[in-house]
Amino acid sequence: MIEPHLPALQVVLPLVAAPLAVVLRRGRLVLGFATVVAWATFGISVALLRRVLREGTISYALGGWEPPWGIEYRLDPLGALVLLLVSGVGALVLSYAPASLTREIPRDRHHLFLSAYLLCLTGLLGIVITGDLFNVFVFLEISSLSSYALISMGARRQAFVAAFRYLILGTIGATFFLLGVGLMYMMTGTLNMADMAARLPAVEGTRTLLAAFAFLSVGLSLKMALFPLHLWLPDAYTEAPSLVSAFLAATATKVSVYVLLRLTFTVYGEPFSFEFMPLDRILMPIALGGIFVASTVAIFQRNVKRLLAYSSVAQIGYIVLGISLGSETGLTAGIVHVFNHGLTKGGMFLALGCVALRLGSTDLDDLRGVGRVMPLTMLAWVLGGLGLIGVPLTAGFISKWYLIAAALEGGWWPIAALLLISSLLAVVYVWRVVETAYFQAPAESTARLGEAPLSMLLPTWILIGATLYFGLATSISAGVARTAAQWLLGGAP
Amino acid sequence: MIELLLGYYNYWIVIFLMMTGFYIVISRGNLIKKLIGLSIFQVSVFLLYITMGKLEGGTAPILQEGVTRYSNPLPSVLILTAIVVGVATAALALALVVRIHESYGTIEEDEIDAQDRAS
Repeated sequence: MIEPHLPALQVVLPLVAAPLAVVLRRGRLVLGFATVVAWATFGISVALLRRVLREGTISYALGGWEPPWGIEYRLDPLGALVLLLVSGVGALVLSYAPASLTREIPRDRHHLFLSAYLLCLTGLLGIVITGDLFNVFVFLEISSLSSYALISMGARRQAFVAAFRYLILGTIGATFFLLGVGLMYMMTGTLNMADMAARLPAVEGTRTLLAAFAFLSVGLSLKMALFPLHLWLPDAYTEAPSLVSAFLAATATKVSVYVLLRLTFTVYGEPFSFEFMPLDRILMPIALGGIFVASTVAIFQRNVKRLLAYSSVAQIGYIVLGISLGSETGLTAGIVHVFNHGLTKGGMFLALGCVALRLGSTDLDDLRGVGRVMPLTMLAWVLGGLGLIGVPLTAGFISKWYLIAAALEGGWWPIAALLLISSLLAVVYVWRVVETAYFQAPAESTARLGEAPLSMLLPTWILIGATLYFGLATSISAGVARTAAQWLLGGAP
Repeated sequence: MIELLLGYYNYWIVIFLMMTGFYIVISRGNLIKKLIGLSIFQVSVFLLYITMGKLEGGTAPILQEGVTRYSNPLPSVLILTAIVVGVATAALALALVVRIHESYGTIEEDEIDAQDRAS
């Protein structure tokens, strides 16, 4: 009875819950409410993924208006995988929230924080599930506006400036996207992505189409913090509350990657993006530049949160590199890294949040000896760090494996070599933290602290455990990613 | 040449506004002036949508005797949504500027950076 309407509920549930959270107000009650909603959203994602794998693409006409006139919700294997990541991380971060929230945000603002959080979740889920290009813009702005608000709730006054700068760059990116959507509408007279793809051959090769493609990809690159358009990201992730850094790092940039995939492969199609427009030759040097520059900058950071933020920019480089290789294996690598990196980085930011709860700081100097005081937390961080490096048995290894396989398959052996060298940079920045946390004596004030509470350790370990699980059992992550890659390239099924 | 200038005058206006706004965002250090530039930048794209729906001699799409040319209402409807987004962005940005002014005592970007470096 309710089953056919799950695609709509996926978005509507958190959307309706957001204003209710403001109405509820009371600290404990509203937090419980938001957590239940987030887990229900996750449940819906799981059901949808199972249905997509069983029955193929789901199309849902919102409000009963048939596409292409009404707004269509459309879910394919790729979308279902991203939905699972977004809602899963969203729910885990909220379960982790109570202790961290009390420490970092004044009690009278909890309900506002949770409301913005649920709106952000709505926006991200909506971007993934909708099949209407203008709808993507609206959801993009819902998630962006709420994330500016979330970032500005950071403890220091620098958070306001970071949020403001993100707002300026994010709005420029979104306006570019809007301009691209407008030009596409001008040429095709439709906003439905599937319909648009069907009508594009008629206007093939026009200048307007090229301009639209350029505006859309630059706008999205800003949103996903692709080097060198990443300047907003380090400040935003450093100053935001721990919860927000974890949530955004795991989901927000990944969703923009998803939209780029949708546009280049399902709307424009692979021949247009890669043969007519040299997207691969543009993205490849940018991705490699991002990997090397951001990893190197990460090595010299004094704040661990900032170090992770720069590492995120580098990881976006890996994802985009996979896409730019243009082959099925390359695409699989990109998609599987979206999923694996989301889990890894989310888990690492959560572990860092535990440290921030006890120490009140994430500066590297303050982390001395913390590995002996908080063994479980730091072990989780280190396992995540091994994932970033790409050590076997972690999810990061699977991504790197596919990436290198794709590079060799395409005859790009210098890229395979560069990938291995770049892993060494990750070893350096992870090692800096390990060395400080384990091999230096804790300060007297640190030595008196204890392990983080179980309510925070559990979600952290679930995410880190998931990276280990997906490092061994790859049928869900890599399996779905390969199905998605085949589907994007137009092969069976 | 004249054809190019006058025939596409609406697009020239859009491009002029867009570049003006973009330049202000990049060049000004005052946060309020940046926001003004950002709004001009957004509005230029709104105008692009609205001009694309307009047909010369076309009226509102209401069935009526003797009328055969209708303008496309959809772009205007879309922009109604985008305007709401623009207003929300501006409101949020202004709120942030207020908080920045409260905690830094200035809204000039270089002075804020100087204070951050000093601390």
